[in-house]
Amino acid sequence: MSIDKIIVVALSALGIGFIYWYFLAKNEKEVEAAGSIDITVEGGYSPEVISIPVGKPIRLNFTRTDPTACLEDVVLGDFKIRKNLPLNQKVAIEFTPERSGEFVYSCGMGMYHGKIIVN
Amino acid sequence: MDSIKKTFSVKGMHCASCVATIERSLKKVDGVSDATVNIATEQATVTYNPAKVTAEKLTSAVSNVGYQAFIGEEVRTEDEEKAEKLHDLNALRTKVIVSLTLGALLLWGSFPGLAKTSPLFLQNFWVQMLLAVPVQFWAGFEFYRATISSLKHRTANMDTLVTIGTTVAFGYSVVVTAAPQLVTNIGIESMPYFDTAAIIIGLILLGRYFEAKAKAGTSEAIKKLIGLQAKTARVLRDSKEIDIPISEVTIGDVIRVRPGEKIPVDGIIIEGDSSIDESMITGESIPTDKTNGDIVVGATMNKTGTFTFSATKVGQETMLAQIIKLVQEAQGSKAPIQRMADLISSYFVPIVLMLAIVTFAGWYIWGPAPALLLALLNTVAVLIIACPCAMGLATPTAIMVGTGKGAEHGILIKDAESLETAHKINTIIFDKTGTLTNGRPEVTDVIALDSVTNDELLRLAGTIEKGSEHSLAEAIVKAAEAKQVVLSKIEKFQAIPGHGVEGAIDGKKIIFGNKRLMDKEAVDTKIADDQIAKMETAGKTVMLLATEGKLVGLIAVADIVKQSALEGVDALQKLGIEVVMISGDNKRTADAIGHSLGITRILAEVLPDGKEAEVRKIQAEGKVVAMVGDGINDAPALAAADVGIAMGSGTDVAIEAADITLINKDLKSVAAAITLSKKTMRTIRANLFWAFGYNVILIPVAMGALYPFFHILLNPIFASVAMATSSISVVFNSLLLKRKKIV
Repeated sequence: MSIDKIIVVALSALGIGFIYWYFLAKNEKEVEAAGSIDITVEGGYSPEVISIPVGKPIRLNFTRTDPTACLEDVVLGDFKIRKNLPLNQKVAIEFTPERSGEFVYSCGMGMYHGKIIVN
Repeated sequence: MDSIKKTFSVKGMHCASCVATIERSLKKVDGVSDATVNIATEQATVTYNPAKVTAEKLTSAVSNVGYQAFIGEEVRTEDEEKAEKLHDLNALRTKVIVSLTLGALLLWGSFPGLAKTSPLFLQNFWVQMLLAVPVQFWAGFEFYRATISSLKHRTANMDTLVTIGTTVAFGYSVVVTAAPQLVTNIGIESMPYFDTAAIIIGLILLGRYFEAKAKAGTSEAIKKLIGLQAKTARVLRDSKEIDIPISEVTIGDVIRVRPGEKIPVDGIIIEGDSSIDESMITGESIPTDKTNGDIVVGATMNKTGTFTFSATKVGQETMLAQIIKLVQEAQGSKAPIQRMADLISSYFVPIVLMLAIVTFAGWYIWGPAPALLLALLNTVAVLIIACPCAMGLATPTAIMVGTGKGAEHGILIKDAESLETAHKINTIIFDKTGTLTNGRPEVTDVIALDSVTNDELLRLAGTIEKGSEHSLAEAIVKAAEAKQVVLSKIEKFQAIPGHGVEGAIDGKKIIFGNKRLMDKEAVDTKIADDQIAKMETAGKTVMLLATEGKLVGLIAVADIVKQSALEGVDALQKLGIEVVMISGDNKRTADAIGHSLGITRILAEVLPDGKEAEVRKIQAEGKVVAMVGDGINDAPALAAADVGIAMGSGTDVAIEAADITLINKDLKSVAAAITLSKKTMRTIRANLFWAFGYNVILIPVAMGALYPFFHILLNPIFASVAMATSSISVVFNSLLLKRKKIV
C-alpha cells in the first residue's frame, strides 16, 4: 500500500473516531430548574438537559433564534405538547410532571433533542 | 412624545377582581395613560409614554400586587405571524430561482457534450466560479449558519450533510480552477464541479420550499377549529342589548342570537326556539331543532329562529375550547411506532458522516482511476442522498392529519397511542343502555281491545300514571302528552309495589300494571295472552289496563334502539370486527335487542361493577377490545379496554376514561374511528417504509455498491433530486389522508 493510501486510512480512522466522540459520546451537563427556566433554541436547545422536581408545575420559556425550519416546532411527546415557536419570540410551555423519569423532547422532525429529568 | 401601546401576558389571575387590581396598579405608574386586562386571554394592554415608563416598571407594578407579567415576550398577532411566514417563503423562493438559474447556466457551460453549444464565456472556469459563489454563500448561507450553530451543540443534522457535501464539491472546483496542475499531475482532467454544488443547493432549497407549503396543510385542522370561534356576543345587560367581545362573556350572561348568527358560547336556551346547524362541531349534517331547556354549543350556527340563552360555559370551558385542547394534545403526543424512528434519526447523521468517510477511503484505495475524483464525487453523493427528514416527518405528519380529520367528523382522539391501538381492535363491546339504545323507555305499542279507542286507553293510562314515580310512568305520560290527550282527574290513587297502580277515574275503578296484578285482581287476560307473549319476546315490557275488572287494553314500553345502531353495528361487522353487547337487563330483553341488531354474543344480567371483569375476560381470550359506553357509569370498563370509546353527552368532551370520544352520538362513528385509525396507520407504515427503504437502498448505491456489478454510480445531482423528493413525498402522502373516506 502506497504512503498516500496509508495516510488516507489513518485519517479516515481518526475522522470516524472523532465523529463518534464528538456527536455520540457527549455528556450534557444537567441544569436544575424549579418554577421556570429559559431555553434558547439555536442549533439545539440550551440548556439541553434540565432536571425538575416531580409534581411541581414548571414553565419552560423557549426562545427560538434559529430560523432552521426543523426547529419550528418543539415536541414534548410524553406531556402531549407540541408548540410552534415563532422566531425571536418567547413561548411559554407549562406543565406539571406527574411521575419521575427521563423524558426526551425534540424538534418537530426528531432531529434535535433535549432531555427533561424529573426527580 | 407619543404614547405607545403594548400587550403582554399576565399569569396568576383567577377572578374578575384580579383584573381590577392589576389595572389599578398599572394605571398608578407615572406615564401610563390606560391599562386594560383581559382574564380570558391572560393579557394586559397598556398605553404609556415610553420616555417615562420602562418595561421593568410595568413588571413590578404587576408583581407588586401578586401577579407575574411577561413583557419580554411580544404578543404577535396571527396576521403578523402569517405575514412573516409568507415573507420567509418568498425569500426562499427567490433563492430557489436564483440558484437554479445560475445552476442551469453552470450546467450548460460544463456538462460534457452540452457545453459545446454554450457561449464560450460560460465554459471559463473563473466565470463559473463567479456564478457559483452567490449560490454557495448567499443562497446556501442558511446551511452554513445552521451547521455552525448545531456543531456548537455537538449535534449534526441535514444541514451539516448538505454543507459538507456542497463545500467539498465547491472547494475541489476552486482548487481545479486556481491550480489545475495539482490535479493534472495525478492524472485527473482539470474539470470543476461548480454546477453540482449549485444545483444541489437549488434543488434542496426547492424541496424545502414545497415542504414548508405542504407542512402548513398538516396543521390546518386546528386553525380551522380556532377560526370557528365567534368574535362577539350580544349580551342583555340592564335590559339593553350590547355587543361585547367573546372573552368578556361570563357565566350566567343572557345572550340573544338571531337567525344566521353564530352562537358565541355554550349555554341553555331560556326563550325561543330554532334550528341549529352543529355540523362544524359534531360533523352531523342535519340541523337540530332546539327549544327551551336545550343545550346550545358555542361556534355552532343558528339557522332560523331568534332565541336567548344563558351562558353556562365560557373561555377555556366551552366545548370548542375543549375540543381544540384535546386535538392539540393528541397532535403533540407520540405514537409508539415513532419510537424506533426517533432512535434511528438521533444516530443517523453521525453514522452517515462515518459512511461518507468510509466511502472516500474505499474509493481512494480500491477504486479505479481517477481514484481521488471518484472518491470525492461518491462521498458528496452519500452526504447529499441521506435524508433524515423523511424519517422524522413520517409519523407526526400523519398523526396530525389523522387526528384533525377525526375532529372534523366529531371523533376526538385522546392521543397518538390510542389512534395506533384502534387499528388492532377485533372485538367491540357495546354497553346497551344509553349507548345502543336511547337509555329511556318509550311507549312502542298501544293496543286497545274492542271496548275503547287507543286515545281513550292512553288517556286512562296517562291519568293513572301521572302521580306515579316509576320510570315507565314517565314514558306513558309523555306518550299521552304527545298525542295531546287531555288527562282527567284521578282519585284513590295507590301504587302496588311490584305490580302496578290502581285508582278511580270518572268513578270507575282502574287497575294498570303487569300480568301478576291482573292475576291478583282475577282479571281474565286470555284474549291478549298471545300478543303479550309476542311483545315480551321482542324485549318489551307489557302493561295491562283493566276497568271494573275487565281488560281493556295493553301498552308496551321499551328502551328504543338508536337510529344509527343497526348501521353502526353492521359497519363494524363488515370490517370483520366481532360485536358484543353487554347489559344489566334480563336475558330475554337483552337478547331481543341484541338480535334485532344482528349481535350474536350478548352478555346479559351483568351488574354495573361486573362490566370491567367481562372486558378483561374477553381480553384474556387474546382479543384486542374496545368498549363503547357513556363514559360515566362504565368508566372502569372503558379504562380496562384496550381502547375506551365514549359517546359524548352534553358539552363535556374531555371524558377522562375515554381514549376516543364521539361527540356526534352517531354509532356509525365507531366504525369510522377504526377506519381512520387503519388508514392513518397505513399512511404511517408507508411513510416509514419509504423513508427507511429510501436511505437503506440509496445510501449503499451512492457509496458505489452497484459499481462492481453494473458500473453504476450515483451522480450527486440525482442524489439531491432524490433527497428533495423523499421528504416532500412523505408530507404529501400524509396529506392524502385528508381525502380518504372514513364514513
